[in-house]
Amino acid sequence: MADTAAIDAAPIAAALPTSRDDKALHRLIFVGIAVLLIVAPLILYPVYLMKVLCFALFALAFNLLLGYGGLLSFGHAAYFGMASYLCAYTAKHLGFTPEVAILAGTATAALLGLVFGALAIRRQGIYFSMITLALAQMAYFFALQAKFTGGEDGIQAVPRGALFGVISLADDRAMYAVVAVIFLAGMLLIYRIIHSPFGQVLKAIRDNEPRAISLGYRASQYKLAVFVLSATLAGLAGSTKAIVFQLASLTDVHWAMSGEVVLMTLVGGMGTVFGPIVGALVIVTMETYLAQFGAWVTIIQGCVFVLCVLLFREGIVGLIARMIRRPL
Amino acid sequence: MTTIFGVPTQALFGQLLLGLINGSFYAILSLGLAIIFGLLNIINFAHGALYMMGAFVAWMLLTYVGLGYWWALGLAPLVVGAFGIVLEQVLIARLYKLDHLYGLLLTFGLALIIQGLFRNQYGVSGLPYAIPAELSGGQRLPFMFLPNYRAWVVVASLTVCIATWLVIEKTKLGAYLRAATENPTLVQAFGVNVPLFLTLTYGFGVALAGFAGVLAAPIYSVNPNMGADIIIVVFAVVVIGGMGSIIGSVITGFALGLVEGLTKVFYPEASATVIFVIMVLVLLVKPAGLFGRTA
Repeated sequence: MADTAAIDAAPIAAALPTSRDDKALHRLIFVGIAVLLIVAPLILYPVYLMKVLCFALFALAFNLLLGYGGLLSFGHAAYFGMASYLCAYTAKHLGFTPEVAILAGTATAALLGLVFGALAIRRQGIYFSMITLALAQMAYFFALQAKFTGGEDGIQAVPRGALFGVISLADDRAMYAVVAVIFLAGMLLIYRIIHSPFGQVLKAIRDNEPRAISLGYRASQYKLAVFVLSATLAGLAGSTKAIVFQLASLTDVHWAMSGEVVLMTLVGGMGTVFGPIVGALVIVTMETYLAQFGAWVTIIQGCVFVLCVLLFREGIVGLIARMIRRPL
Repeated sequence: MTTIFGVPTQALFGQLLLGLINGSFYAILSLGLAIIFGLLNIINFAHGALYMMGAFVAWMLLTYVGLGYWWALGLAPLVVGAFGIVLEQVLIARLYKLDHLYGLLLTFGLALIIQGLFRNQYGVSGLPYAIPAELSGGQRLPFMFLPNYRAWVVVASLTVCIATWLVIEKTKLGAYLRAATENPTLVQAFGVNVPLFLTLTYGFGVALAGFAGVLAAPIYSVNPNMGADIIIVVFAVVVIGGMGSIIGSVITGFALGLVEGLTKVFYPEASATVIFVIMVLVLLVKPAGLFGRTA
């Protein structure tokens, strides 16, 4: 087995070709999600929903790399967190409007992803994971020591500003609408990437890298491309989160955050289109409602990790996909 | 006062010694990781947590049972090793047939659980653990003051590393172990109990982490997060050394500790990241690591 060939939950999605019926099913699910996005704020607290959406986008971006590229990055907090710092800084100190600040953060993540990705793809398998983790730790120390990040305090009281300088985002409902649109756009983009010829090549590399190379594909370029895409989208999620919560802090760039996004993807289902969304929903909800138990949250997360790896490798959506025998 | 490169010798050698001590811990921990990885193909993310556990077991033995440092040095690795054997039997053994990324994820979860439990019980402030009476005080050398305990840490870890290397490279047991790393099925066909080997290897690797924890207890305050930060540095050490060779992880561990110490003298701001910077440089020049074989 090739070293990167990966994670055996993924082939469940890959083994079943996406037929026209499946595409119709996916379209139905997209419509369902859009409807849910409209209805949800009427029932649930918008700030909680925005948190779920930011993390869902983060997990989707991460899963693009893991589930379809077969690359387990253990340092995705770097892109999420650094983007969030840059977004917060430009919005607060340079007076950028929210959309420009978010773009600035996203671009930072793209750049960082390019540099870190170019280094990390030089090794495979668990070495790849360890390298991404170590590089992310560098980003963490940078955030801790650099002047503009505010050290332990982070960047607080980031103004939400006005979208395009016109629509004030101070109101949670307006903010929610923006986050929902960003989330939907990100999700559709990722879906598009996965089902493009580029995505097909990625899956081929994931399943058997030497074979893909012998077919003439430049595997490392594809891997770097998907790494940068994933980092960029993670940065989009991080930037959005900075605007929503008006805060960029060390938590977002700490390696525990990298672990959390792995957990979300694992719980939801690696290599499934919709799994990370469900995973993010479950984990964020768990954290929100278990926050009062303090350190127990970490212990419970650890247990979820262990149980998922031992008994539940397909994740929630992966399990459903197998039951209905349709790729999700 | 004499100076070297504009730095007082006292400070320079002090930092070098500190670097050597950190290097001792990097060496023992990356050695344990290398052994476990070599045979089990598992990146033991729980290694840092088990190192922390070693320090806590030493503290508990003193506080609850009244057994001092020397007892702890013998008993704590046994306790941690036994715990590791249980972990291997109950959890890790189920993963051998899967992609090894699952091992990383499982042990990451274990690390969260272990750290969380200790944090719940003992908080994060850290508990003091006294240097044993026999090793308190120090030697006044011509160029610096050398605390006895620190000298002991370096000697003890070097001894353990060299002994481990000798066992693996020069004994029959080691030969079986290396053979099992190369081809477990074949070795099993020769009548060697490979599953038992796997269990004992994990137990031993983890016991090394526990041993490092006891050595660390009097230097750093014993606290639940002590393993969380060091493990990532050790991963970088492993990437730099390349996990192919046992001796490689030991040499790289000590060398990087020294480099870190020197950085603290000449450019303190970079001391937290210098190892990661070296990792990047090594990756650019020699992706397999300094002592590594190409995977």
